[in-house]
Amino acid sequence: MQIHQYDTVIVGAGGAGMRAAIESTQRSRTAVLTKLYPTRSHTGAAQGGMCAALANVEEDNWEWHTFDTVKGGDYLVDQDAAEIMCKEAIDAVLDLEKMGLPFSRTEQGRIDQRRFGGHSRNHGEAPVRRSCYAADRTGHMILQTLFQNCVKHGVEFFNEFYVLDLLINEGKTAGVVAYELATGEIHVFQAKSVVFASGGTGKMFKVSSNAHTLTGDGQAVAYRRGLPLEDMEFFQFHPTGIWRMGILLTEGARGEGGILRNKDGERFMERYAPVMKDLASRDVCSRAIYTEIREGRGCGPDGDHVYLDLTHLPPEQLDAKLPDITEFARTYLGIEPYTDPIPIQPTAHYAMGGIPTNVEGEVLRNNTDIVPGLYAAGEVACVSVHGANRLGTNSLLDINVFGKRAGIAAADYANANEFVELPENPERLVQDMVDQLRESTGTESVGQIRKELQETMDANAMVYRTGATLKQAVEDIAALRARFKNVSIQDKGFRYNTDLLEAIELGNLLDLAEVLAVSALAREESRGGHYREDFPTRDDVKFMQHTMAYQEVAADGSTSIRLDYKPVVTTRYQPMERKY
Amino acid sequence: MEKHSAALDAAEAGGTQLITVTFRIRRFNPEEHPDPVWVDYQLEMDPKERVLDALNKIKWEQDGTLTYRRSCAHGICGSDAMRINGRNRLACKTLIKDVDPEKPITIEAIKGLTVLKDLVVDMDPFFQAYKDVMPFLITKGNEPTRERLQSAEDRERFDDTTKCILCAACTSSCPVFWNDGQYFGPAAIVNAHRFIFDSRDEGAEQRLEILNDREGVWRCRTTFNCSEACPRGIEVTKAIQEVKRALVTRRF
Repeated sequence: MQIHQYDTVIVGAGGAGMRAAIESTQRSRTAVLTKLYPTRSHTGAAQGGMCAALANVEEDNWEWHTFDTVKGGDYLVDQDAAEIMCKEAIDAVLDLEKMGLPFSRTEQGRIDQRRFGGHSRNHGEAPVRRSCYAADRTGHMILQTLFQNCVKHGVEFFNEFYVLDLLINEGKTAGVVAYELATGEIHVFQAKSVVFASGGTGKMFKVSSNAHTLTGDGQAVAYRRGLPLEDMEFFQFHPTGIWRMGILLTEGARGEGGILRNKDGERFMERYAPVMKDLASRDVCSRAIYTEIREGRGCGPDGDHVYLDLTHLPPEQLDAKLPDITEFARTYLGIEPYTDPIPIQPTAHYAMGGIPTNVEGEVLRNNTDIVPGLYAAGEVACVSVHGANRLGTNSLLDINVFGKRAGIAAADYANANEFVELPENPERLVQDMVDQLRESTGTESVGQIRKELQETMDANAMVYRTGATLKQAVEDIAALRARFKNVSIQDKGFRYNTDLLEAIELGNLLDLAEVLAVSALAREESRGGHYREDFPTRDDVKFMQHTMAYQEVAADGSTSIRLDYKPVVTTRYQPMERKY
Repeated sequence: MEKHSAALDAAEAGGTQLITVTFRIRRFNPEEHPDPVWVDYQLEMDPKERVLDALNKIKWEQDGTLTYRRSCAHGICGSDAMRINGRNRLACKTLIKDVDPEKPITIEAIKGLTVLKDLVVDMDPFFQAYKDVMPFLITKGNEPTRERLQSAEDRERFDDTTKCILCAACTSSCPVFWNDGQYFGPAAIVNAHRFIFDSRDEGAEQRLEILNDREGVWRCRTTFNCSEACPRGIEVTKAIQEVKRALVTRRF
């Protein structure tokens, strides 16, 4: 075991982690611990853009953006946080441009902007061009630009270090414990402040746009240490994933004029969202697609998908604005999007919920109190700027605005405070976990349990949910968790043991899937991405509040979930009926 | 949608035709044995699936010790560059039907970087070469309050090289790099190109001097392996040629 000491430790090197690192490295001695080489992070898969009311191409202002964000989140958004995000969006985009990000440009040489789902002019009048983009690889360019600037500022990375535990002593942050993939060695990092920026949980679903590596590691570590997880029942299903594979096809495709069609060729979104049509929010579009499929208007021999039609757009426009997604259609489906519509279905995409924080990125340990020295930003966190449904592009915005805030706040905290003493045997929990998996002679396999988890989540906790399906999911997950205790791995070695890594990741997914299902079962209403067929309307009297889920450990070591609720911060906007 | 192309019908065809495929993988684990060994795995696959899907199936159902890097699984993160039937490709962007599944499909680690275990290589020298070309925007003077202006034409000038995902498929396909690990390699030059030809950047002279080094662009022998290997379709050799020309003419 090795012990290291840094002022600030950042866990994760996607957009939020690197944005935080650029700030904290300039202010405090910082280490970034990342499971992947930084440029492998899934920020790089984001395509369509990052919204900010620059008003480069038409009238716009951040207040409209704030309204759209609150409405898009079905009024579960904390409005003070959304206002900060939308205000600071403008500088966040300009910061990236100054760091070198090659945005697509207008004829005047300014940053170009295009339409995106749920983003409107003057509180829902019509779609507005707000999304700043670099063709359809905006996330790739953000990730590359942030990595380039980390190189410039000499950010210290520990690549392929997998953080498995958070150390808290007498209520204050003391550090983290990581497993070095190359050697199997355990490293304790003592730190004054820690920023979790480790991304989402999308691999608990089968049809998913998420990378294999998105297994909710940060959420699970915090949760196991008794911290709450907020609003985990709210999971976004992106309307346009490649049929069966789940690979993301950007909403920017519809921003450029793409149309969703059913088997009759009908532009069905006109029936569901008369004003915004194909650019309604993602939850609305995903439900519409499944309604079409259920009512027999799906495409293909089994009627199990619909089309994203780009065939009416000029090939030059597709080449310039959507080169990557058209190539995906060619590579993975063997079709030509100039002339063929693309078979799509909703795909698990984004966790609105996560580790609760305030607007400075400080992690909450209950409804009101923080854990001194602990921060979170990006998809791992829940500020909550996305509420019950995130608007397209607001994730790239979130990582930049709150990544920066968390990086500054964590460094400032580190500079103003002393190290907290490490607890006794700080590595013990991780050592036990790793030893147990390596030595287990159980009969269950990681691959099989993960497959069954993903199947029950897709069947029972996806776009349409009922009390019965969620109860089924809870039961299935409980059974899988019991079987997981009997899991064994074949690779017993120390060098690059990805077999062991995948087992730990599965354990994280199982914990978080259970939180999702239990939180969803208790929320007897429909709001944003959480749709209950048995409770099809929003219930602001009972449920306009955030879920806070805690793990309770009994004397015999068994665990259960305790649910609490936290009020929503409402400033300007009173809840209204949500129409697009 | 009245009329469907044959391609769309094929893409939408229900049910899957599984075929038996043999993957011949070069395994190496110095914890177990000092030498690499070829191991065959047979499995049932849908030919429309990715090579990465096959590796996952082997790992999850047959042999958990098989070790490789992967993340996004659709050609964006650059984790899974490997030699498939002797050619550098991303396993997640290569469909089984496109690599002749009638015969055993060979899989081995990319060349020129030290193999650490199975398909995992030491990427540190690769990223060091990248860092050495100063891959970040260099500007002088005060920053503007709004964005820097850049015409669409100027933006287009370096569009191709912004696509790089740092997967190392190009660098590890380069015969010069195989023989001389000191050579910067195509990927580093691509990333220098991305800034040298960016109208906003003022660091081109410094970068060109770095690439004028004896291990710099002049080592390139224009074999085009890199362009063929690039999973993002970047015209790598052309970019290297443009950097060479800029060195001669000092115009960029």
